Amino acid sequence: MLLTTENLGKRYQRRDVSVDALRDVNLEIQENAFVAVTGPSGSGKTTLLLTLAGLLKPTAGRIRFRDTQLEGFSDAQWASFRHKNLGFVMQNFSLVPYLSARENVTLPLVIAGSKGKQQKTRALELLERVGLGDRADHLPRELSAGQQQRVAIARALANEPALVLADEPTGNLDPALANDVLKLLGDLNAEHGTAILMVTHSPEAARAGTHRVHIEAGCVVEAAAQPA
Amino acid sequence: MNLAGVAWKELSHRRSSLVSGLVAITLGIAVIVGVRSVTIASEHAVAVKLDSLGANVLVLPQGATVDDYHTADIDAPTFPEEYVERMVTSALLGVENISPKLTRRRKAEGIGLVVTGILPDSEVASKPTWQLEGLEGATVEHVCSGSLGAHADPRLQRKVIDILGEDECLLGAQAAKRLGKKEGDKVELRDEHGKPVTLTIGAVLPETGTVDDDRLFMHLHAMQTMLGIGHQVSAIEVMGCCEQISDGLLGKLRNVLPDTRVTGIKQIVSTQQETNQLMDKISWGILVIVLLVGGLSIGNYMWGNVTQRRREIGILRMLGARRLRIIGMLLSKAIVLGVVGGLLGYALGTGVVTAMGPDTLGLQVRALPSWIAGSVALAVTVAVLGSLLPAWLASRFDPSANMQEI
Repeated sequence: MLLTTENLGKRYQRRDVSVDALRDVNLEIQENAFVAVTGPSGSGKTTLLLTLAGLLKPTAGRIRFRDTQLEGFSDAQWASFRHKNLGFVMQNFSLVPYLSARENVTLPLVIAGSKGKQQKTRALELLERVGLGDRADHLPRELSAGQQQRVAIARALANEPALVLADEPTGNLDPALANDVLKLLGDLNAEHGTAILMVTHSPEAARAGTHRVHIEAGCVVEAAAQPA
Repeated sequence: MNLAGVAWKELSHRRSSLVSGLVAITLGIAVIVGVRSVTIASEHAVAVKLDSLGANVLVLPQGATVDDYHTADIDAPTFPEEYVERMVTSALLGVENISPKLTRRRKAEGIGLVVTGILPDSEVASKPTWQLEGLEGATVEHVCSGSLGAHADPRLQRKVIDILGEDECLLGAQAAKRLGKKEGDKVELRDEHGKPVTLTIGAVLPETGTVDDDRLFMHLHAMQTMLGIGHQVSAIEVMGCCEQISDGLLGKLRNVLPDTRVTGIKQIVSTQQETNQLMDKISWGILVIVLLVGGLSIGNYMWGNVTQRRREIGILRMLGARRLRIIGMLLSKAIVLGVVGGLLGYALGTGVVTAMGPDTLGLQVRALPSWIAGSVALAVTVAVLGSLLPAWLASRFDPSANMQEI
């Protein structure tokens, strides 16, 4: 099993009111899975994703990644875990505006301390894969929204992560571009065996996943494999 | 590429931000260098003014009083002129000018005068009042106040002193009146055996309002011969540098000349010391204020820049960059800005004050090359210190805020 959560909980304290964003979430994500997490706004989808990435600290429960328990990790351990095992694709693309497409893709390799030539080769290879080989030197503002999201996907794969966390990756794209991005994620999942956990409120996007988890009010109300 | 490379990309991409940052640092350092240069020039100027107060240390024979020095008593004790050489060879710091004197009351053509034997070369520098009158032009090197030379006008230098031979004299204004003499006239004294000694008046000194107005100055060695007392002097006037006087110059002189009485001219010394201390305090006060203002200006820029970069820092944190590496990235930028801003600030500050100093401040402000390294070090230090808190806070930005954006 790639990732397992046991009774995972996240409680926010807002003034004098406690809000349970996640309650007793039990999940099992297999290697190579493409999991679509759906649910209405405010149901805790993004909180789940952030907690699994160590960007929010859980207030209850356990997280295991392969054979490693993560919930007690320090900030530095989480940082190291992220750059070794995770890739990110965000709704707002999260590209650094003054870096070219190639340089954005190399960022995980920069953090890992890879050599310059290795960074360049890998970034160009990934940009070719997402169909942007000829846009390597373009800045994000010189690319369309769909192209920016493809750069973000290439960046998410740069460090060959076991799991890509995607938060509403099609949220800012029109339907045609959204389909392109979903197809790309599906292809990468199939070709490289990279597991994907995608948060989406779109039922159409959710159908791209091999598995579906539905959350309401912080609780998993449904988890099932989807027909191909 | 590494994270410092990312910082460099940001610098070259956000040129307006880069320019405003450089301007903040450059102006901060320019103000510091400019004010410091002016302060140092002011200190030099004050030192020159203080030296114009004249000799401030008297070396008298043991048992002599300051009254003896002024009244020129015929029986006043003397000591060997060789003491001058002893002071010179001791190479004491802060002894700027040594002026041996032999003073006695004598009659010239029946009129009583105070006759003072001087060694012209050294006498000039210890008589700034004469210099102000334009009669003399000997150069006074202010050893203790750096490399600043003073009053060097080749047309005036040694105008009178060069012609003050052993058969010549200078006459105080009152003495000239009483004798009814003018420049070029002869004046007659008597030696120890009553034989006449005739001197030509090289110049009548301008009125100074001091005892010098009633004096006749002749060559020290001619006077010693005239009196038949060998190489003896009755006093040595010393221009001691104020800082060294505070530092125990009088004591050191007493060690070199143990059988003499070394005394400071209290009023002059205390004026010099008080003024120096005041200048020191003002100088440090200004430096502290300027450092604070420059530092805050640089820190303010860094704070604004880090806030502007909040989103990118969040992205790097999300991708797994550790806090220390984020801090390092931000500080590397501060170092680059500090080096460039420090150099530009030095050039600007020095350029402005050296160009404007003479006209607007009435001061000859000189460049301080030793401050180049200091300016860079200061700019880097202030930029790094000004960046530390925002960099530390930036490293603590919640990356999840970035992910939840929009």
